[in-house]
Amino acid sequence: MSDVNEDRRQFLTRGPALAAGIAIAPGMLLIDLAHGAEARPAGEPASSKVRWGMLIDTTKCESGCDDCVTACRKENDWPVPKSATDVQWIRKVELKQESTGRQVNLPMMCQHCESPPCVDVCPTAASFKRADGIVLVDKHRCIGCRYCMMACPYKARSFVHEPVIDHESEMPRGQGTVESCTFCVNRVDRGEQPACVEACAKEGHKALLFGDLNDPNSEIYQRIRSVTSVHLRADLGLNPGISFVGV
Amino acid sequence: MKALASILLSLLLLTASGWAAAADGLVAVAGPMGPKLDIGKGGHCVRDPKFMRSNHYKLILHQRVETVRQGIRGSKYELTNCIDCHASKVNHSVLGTNQNFCQGCHVYAAVKIDCFECHSSKPREFMKATDHLATEDAK
Repeated sequence: MSDVNEDRRQFLTRGPALAAGIAIAPGMLLIDLAHGAEARPAGEPASSKVRWGMLIDTTKCESGCDDCVTACRKENDWPVPKSATDVQWIRKVELKQESTGRQVNLPMMCQHCESPPCVDVCPTAASFKRADGIVLVDKHRCIGCRYCMMACPYKARSFVHEPVIDHESEMPRGQGTVESCTFCVNRVDRGEQPACVEACAKEGHKALLFGDLNDPNSEIYQRIRSVTSVHLRADLGLNPGISFVGV
Repeated sequence: MKALASILLSLLLLTASGWAAAADGLVAVAGPMGPKLDIGKGGHCVRDPKFMRSNHYKLILHQRVETVRQGIRGSKYELTNCIDCHASKVNHSVLGTNQNFCQGCHVYAAVKIDCFECHSSKPREFMKATDHLATEDAK
């Protein structure tokens, strides 16, 4: 995985598009940057001009607060985890630097990588990356082999062991399939924010910032260029959609 | 002329049996020998009912690929649209008894139905009105 030369891959796949962009008259780009804040019109597919991402400011993430987790559970209707093998789309993690005792809080979920290992290993192509960068499981195709769970360096995916009874949410869930954070894809398509982001803002913490990483007018685009942020396990070269401040 | 009269008479009888069925809230779909179903709100379907009876699965199979993998929303062939119109007003679902719209016909035709192992069988409006966390302790 780490042997893959990502730059070369990107050059090969995006080179022609870049060349086309340059060829148009000055001041006119062939690829018009889309603004993803509004709902996408009905009948229109997700666009590769958009890349959804998140900036998590751990300095604003309060210890003991799990509003993002509760909001996710409510939105997507998954039960309270009782054991390590239970479903968990998002979890709160507390890191401690042993030498100084400094503590960092952060929510951990699918990092929506640009080169997702879960997609690489999926034998049925159930694991896929949508054009706008959201990594999803097509549960119609998932056979529950759990290769993706082993491949994910962030431990972001869960397997549904128990039958799903009385499921009352827009996000279908079912026994025998793997699932993880979807960036609340149904809400995003309507032009709304993911449930965790909304909950965090409601509480006044505003530790989570969601938006289009390709849109120069978006808040996340500007913030990511003005503050120091890191990708977790950046050494793997996966280019996650989620960045962290203060880790 | 005699033949025409008998056709008219049989049509009248068929309609009458339809009305009789409607009295207990059930509608005989696919003729008098077909299953009697609670069609919910009903009304005009997105396609001709006869077409839907034999092809609905093709439409939703095609739509699910476009919606999940390409993110195309708002099609008239969404499964949620089926449920919004055809969920019973009694138990707010397309499943539950052999009179409920999806279950009733699938039992009649002896075809296994997979959709609702993951998808909700209740209409969107009903789901919004209920609080998910209220049922959480039971899970």
